[in-house]
Order: sequence, then structure tokens, then C-alpha cells
Amino acid sequence: MSTPKLSVQLNCPLPKLDFDVITLGHGSGGVLTHRLLDTGVFSMLKNDLLNEQHDGAVVTFDGPVAFTTDSYVVTPIFFPGGNIGELAVNGSINDLAMCGAIPKYLSLSFILEEGLRMDEFWEVLLGIKKTSEEAGVPIVTGDTKVVERGKGDKVFINTTGLGRIHPKASIHANRVKDGDVILISGTVANHGVAILSVRQGLEFETTITSDTRPLHQPVLKLLDELGNAVKFLRDPTRGGVATVLNELAAQSGTGIEIFQRDIPISEQVEGACEMLGLDPLYVANEGIFITAVSPEKADNALNILQSFDSAAAILGRVVAEHPKQVILHSRIGGRRIVSMLPGEQLPRIC
Amino acid sequence: MKHLSEYRDEALTRQLLEQIHAVVTRPWTLMEVCGGQTHSLVKNGILKMLPEQITMVHGPGCPVCVTPIHIIDEAIALSQKPQVILCSFGDMLRVPGTKISLLEAKAGGADVRMVYSPLEAVKLAKENPDKEVVFFAVGFETTAPANALSVIQAAKQGVSNYSILASHVLVPPAMEAILADPETKVNAFLAAGHVCTIMGFNEYDPIAEKYKVPIVVTGFEPIDLLQGIYMAVKQLESGEAKVENQYIRYVQREGNLRAKEAIDEVFAVSDREWRGIGTIPHSGWEVNDDYARYDARKKFSLIAVASEDITTCIAGEIMKGKKKPFDCPHFGKGCTPEKPMGSPMVSSEGACAAYYHFSQAELLPA
Repeated sequence: MSTPKLSVQLNCPLPKLDFDVITLGHGSGGVLTHRLLDTGVFSMLKNDLLNEQHDGAVVTFDGPVAFTTDSYVVTPIFFPGGNIGELAVNGSINDLAMCGAIPKYLSLSFILEEGLRMDEFWEVLLGIKKTSEEAGVPIVTGDTKVVERGKGDKVFINTTGLGRIHPKASIHANRVKDGDVILISGTVANHGVAILSVRQGLEFETTITSDTRPLHQPVLKLLDELGNAVKFLRDPTRGGVATVLNELAAQSGTGIEIFQRDIPISEQVEGACEMLGLDPLYVANEGIFITAVSPEKADNALNILQSFDSAAAILGRVVAEHPKQVILHSRIGGRRIVSMLPGEQLPRIC
Repeated sequence: MKHLSEYRDEALTRQLLEQIHAVVTRPWTLMEVCGGQTHSLVKNGILKMLPEQITMVHGPGCPVCVTPIHIIDEAIALSQKPQVILCSFGDMLRVPGTKISLLEAKAGGADVRMVYSPLEAVKLAKENPDKEVVFFAVGFETTAPANALSVIQAAKQGVSNYSILASHVLVPPAMEAILADPETKVNAFLAAGHVCTIMGFNEYDPIAEKYKVPIVVTGFEPIDLLQGIYMAVKQLESGEAKVENQYIRYVQREGNLRAKEAIDEVFAVSDREWRGIGTIPHSGWEVNDDYARYDARKKFSLIAVASEDITTCIAGEIMKGKKKPFDCPHFGKGCTPEKPMGSPMVSSEGACAAYYHFSQAELLPA
């Protein structure tokens, strides 16, 4: 693979390290580990809690806390619109947001493969720094391990997030009732298609980029303004929109109907899905969410979502008929069931 | 999307449905040959929009579904040779062989890779000169030109560590086998548009004439299918039985001559076993003698062992149009896409998978 094109300006240039690649020694806990952490990770991600360099971070919360964890194994680690580091930060921030929480702290744990190029590691770190700073969610503790070449795949990342539950939040699928309105915060299927476009053996020319981004701002705005009229929040990552809607139908015991013509999708992504034989409803996303709100607040919710992304749309509604089933009204006026994704459609997408 | 949205137009759909309703007076059974058509009919909710006199039955045109179990076993056996990288289209990976699927072989350590094109497999062979790359060349006439091209390219570029495990099947002999069955219910065919893009439709004239069935070459979008159905029903109602072409934007009577040349260069017609249907004479292609060194069966001296299809899968009845997926006692119970008992539940083009994903209770008889 060629040198990755740096997506951010190096405001801290690659520090002078003794190695061009990660070696087993960097995970030994000894001198090399310290040098890597001091010159790399700590100096780049510095904040008061991380600067303690203790075994863990000590934090204080009032009231209920959301606690989430996720591992990232996407391949390739650099893809149009982001890299595995940005994905790992946004992913845990978004999981917290979907709980109705204000994201506060993240942990960051690397499993690096021996032989990973240092400049690639640096690029990933820069992505992490930029994303965490922009989102205002600091990384306060972490870990770095190295495995032998062939035992990993460049970089695996785990992030864990802590967030304070928004005082007005009451996010429970079982609060969703007949008549509630389902909204989506942006266009579907960008992430999965962007990853596929750079998968080995399938490279195709496209300007489609991953939608990886933090979603806590629009979510917190919804909660600030609409309070407990917001009943359900979930980001359709693996398994896509179809899977989230099925989860909602199953957990709430209601029926859901959506309209194919209302699904926001870019022309390019739709074209790529046609070419690859993918149903965009099952393709992974990393920067949109689905919400269910009381009908009288649907227009307010749409306005709020559209102030963040003009592609946000009302996707459908909750109905009393066909409980636990998602029905799609096709563009030509037919009806069909939208089922859960069986098995894995595209492995290692996040 | 340009060039597609016009074939997914709601007003045009209504108009065609009205035309179909107006012309139909008696019950008719139509078979759409291709699994892609089945998928589109179910996915767009068309089956429930048709007049109740029209019954659509789903044909044998799903390459994954008709690949006999012993060929899957051959692919698995090849994948377990340490020097072999076995490449396949994704759908074939999950089809159960006698004991395991290719996906399970992969999990057990075999080097099995999913590719989107056989040319990718040739590239892989060039990059791995110490390995033997085998492409599992499954499909109808539609995929044959690309598979043939991969062999021609390998020969031209002197790539000697590439071969294909061919399991090609041909549509017209299968249609004839269905019609020759005295119990057949099929009154008319929607022929597979993609196959005809390659092969043209000269081959269908004698079939339409011999069995007195209308055959309409049909595309895959909702408007294509509705128009194809309309054309077929109109023929049936007026007692005609001729070959018509709905898919004129892609299909010409002679087909794609250059693609046919590539096929003729590499393949020879052979008898072929169809899973669930049995052996149909002259219904397949295998690598011809000129390219024998690219034939994985010969290269690795594979001996075809007829393995008994021990499952209780009714794939054969379904693909002959005698039964519907819901007629199977295992549908959605013992047999699901996650744990398929037979191939029609595996492939995205399989009738059972299409019903399972998109209809379930909706299409269940009341």
C-alpha cells in the first residue's frame, strides 16, 4: 500500500522515533513502550486526566451514567472520508449519544500488529486527536499492545465511553407507540459503500466518502428542545437501517411502515448499490441515526435534524397493524416485509 | 436514478396493472425463469398487485440453487489442498455441501476467497506464483463470457497456475425439461433478460412452437416485469404462442456475438446434472479440450463422486414450478437463510430466500 494521504495538516510533525515500524518491543511495557507513549500518544492526546499517566482515570459524575464499549477492526484502516481512529472515537461517542447521554470521557486501547508503519500509526492517532478534540470528548485512559506479524491486521482499536444521561432523556424502545413518527438524520449507506470502494479486489472509482461523524450535537439538541417526546435513538451501523427498524419493531411490539421514496440516499450511493447488488437498507452507516418521536413533535424534530443535515427526513411511522414487522411501501406502490439481515453482508466494515 | 427511475415509476405501474386486469379472463400460470426476476417481483411487492387469475411460479434460473451437491463437494475438496486458493462468488460460500460449506472450510483453515470477477482470480494467480488459484465458475450463460475471458487471458499472459471449476448451466434445455414434464402447470415463460443479452433468443422459437407456449424475453425492473407479464397474458388470451422481446433496450435477436465467440473458444456443451431436477442432456458447458490445462477437474484429477442429496429440500419441485416455497414444511422453520437446508434458501436469487426476506407472513395463504 502506498503512503496514506494525510487527511489533516500535521500540526505536530511525526516525532523522531528510532523505528520506522511498530515492533514487538513497543508493546513490552519497557523503554520502547514508554518512548512510543511519551513522544506519541500522550503528547498528542494530552489532557489533565491523561497526563496523570496512571493505571486508570478517576472521574466524578452526578446522577445516571451511560457506559459503552466497542471494538474496531475495519479493513482497510484508511478509507475515503476517514480512518479507523476517527471511526473508533465517533463510534463510542455515538453509542453514548444513542443512550441519551452527554459523552464525557473515552478510553482508547490499541492492538497493533508488528510491522505496522509508524507513519500509518501516526495518521491514525492524528485522526483520533482531531475527532476527539472537535467533539470535545477527551481520551482519559488507554492501553497499547503489540502482537506478532500475522496475528493481527495492522491496527485494532477498542474504545469505551462514559457519558452523563441528559436530564430530559427517556430513551426506551418500549415507550414507542402507535402513531409515533420515525425520522432519519441523513443519507443512508455511505460508509459501507465507501469501504467497499477501497476493498482489495473491488476498487472502483468514486467520490463517495464514509459518513463517520459524531452525532451527539443533534441528539442533545433534540433532547434539549423536545425532551421525552424523543423515545428512541439508534445509529444504524452494521446491519443498516433495516436492522435498527426491526429491533425497534421487536422491542416495542409495534408495526413499522416506511416509504421507499422517502429514504434519503445520494444518487452515487444508490448507483453503487445497484452495481454491487446491495440493498442500501442493509449497508452500514457511521454518521446517521434513527429516532422515534411523538407525532405532535415530528415537525420540530425534522427542523432540528435538518439544521444539522439537510438530508434528514421523515422515514415512516409506527402503526398498530402487523406488530413486530417492518413493512416497506415500494416506489411502485407495492408492499413488502423488511427483514433482519441474516448473517454478515460485508465483513469488517467497522 | 437515471435510466432506472423510469422503470420504477408508480403511474406507469398502475397503468400496466390496469392493462393486465383488462386483458385477463382466465387463470394462467407464468414462470419467470430467472432468480433475479423472482427477487424483483417479491422485493417490489408485485405478486400481491397482480390479478388473482395470474399465478407466478419461479423458475430454475438461480445458479447457486441448481449446482449439484457433488460439485460443491469438489470445490471444498479443492479448497483443502494446501497449495490451492479457491475463489468464488460470495453466494456459493454458504451453500451446504454433503458435510460442510465453503465458508466452513474457510473457517477450518482453507484459503477460500470471495471475488467479484474471475479476472480478479487471474490477477491473484499472477501475484501468487507458488499457489494454484482455482475459480469456482458457476452460472448461466450470463457469467460464461467473463469466465471464458479469464481463461483466455490466463493463456495469453502465460499464467499457468490458474484454472476453473466449471459448473455452467444453460437455460433453454431446462425450460424444455420443464415443459416436457406431463405434470407441468406452466402456460408461458418470462425468459431471462440477462441470459438473452448474451445469447439472443433464436433458441426459443422452436420451444415456443413445439410446446405452444408464449415466451417473452423480460428484464428485471418492475416495469419490465409487468410489461412482460402483460405481453405473455395477451398472447395466452388470444391463443398465440410466439417469442417476443420486452427487454429491447439490451437484448438483440442474435445476442452479443463477441461474448458468444469467447464462450465458443473455451467451452464445449455437455450433459449436466441440475440439483433437484436431475441430469438434462446438453444443458451445460465444460472447458473444452483446447483449454484442458485450465480445467481444474483435469488439472487436479478430480473424480466426480455422485453424492446423494439427503436433504428433504423440495428445490426441484420449486424450480420446476410445481410447488411454492410456502408449500415446504421446513420453510422458515428448520430452513432459514442463517441455517439453510437447501440452496434456494441461500442465494439472493433463490425463491425461498426471496420469500423469506420480503414476504413471510404477507404471502402466506390466508
